[in-house]
Amino acid sequence: MTITLNHFSAATVFALFASIVFGITHRENTREMVRYGLYCFAMFLGGALLAGWAMWLLRR
Amino acid sequence: MANSTAEKAKVTQAQPEPISVMAVVAPAIGWLIPGAGHMIQKRWIRGALIFISVVTLFLLGLAMQGRIYKANGGEILDLLGFIGNLGAGGLYIVTLAADWGQGAIQFATADYGTKFMIVAGLLNFISVADAYHIAIGKKQ
Repeated sequence: MTITLNHFSAATVFALFASIVFGITHRENTREMVRYGLYCFAMFLGGALLAGWAMWLLRR
Repeated sequence: MANSTAEKAKVTQAQPEPISVMAVVAPAIGWLIPGAGHMIQKRWIRGALIFISVVTLFLLGLAMQGRIYKANGGEILDLLGFIGNLGAGGLYIVTLAADWGQGAIQFATADYGTKFMIVAGLLNFISVADAYHIAIGKKQ
């Protein structure tokens, strides 16, 4: 069985699961875990989008 | 006199804690089955989330025709890939045994799959460390 994800889907899936694990392992209580996980998710995805636009600028 | 008492107190404080059984078992089982190190310490939700995250990333990586690295002592990047894959524990063992993860360069997303499997292993390393910290009381 082969799954094909487009670039954005792959980035989102990666960011989601990495953020879940980061949130759990880097914070002590539940509220902080959720907050940090959301922060990591935003940074992963936002960073990927930013890097993409930066590369587009460089290519122009 | 006061100095020697203070010095004795410092020496007593500096002595390392004896290693408990859980401090060995939790990381070991957490490596073998992602999230299990947390579950045996009654952190059920954390363990379940770690299990879902690591296993899903790894299986997605396989489904995307990613490649698994073996300990064949090749280039440094192959060795790093092997170390990353090794973190997935039981998943890596099963994949090797079943001869999966051969990779398929004709699929553009196969490279993503390879990276997904490496990251799954690295995330499990972090989780193992977290299970250890819970076991030694450094974290709740």
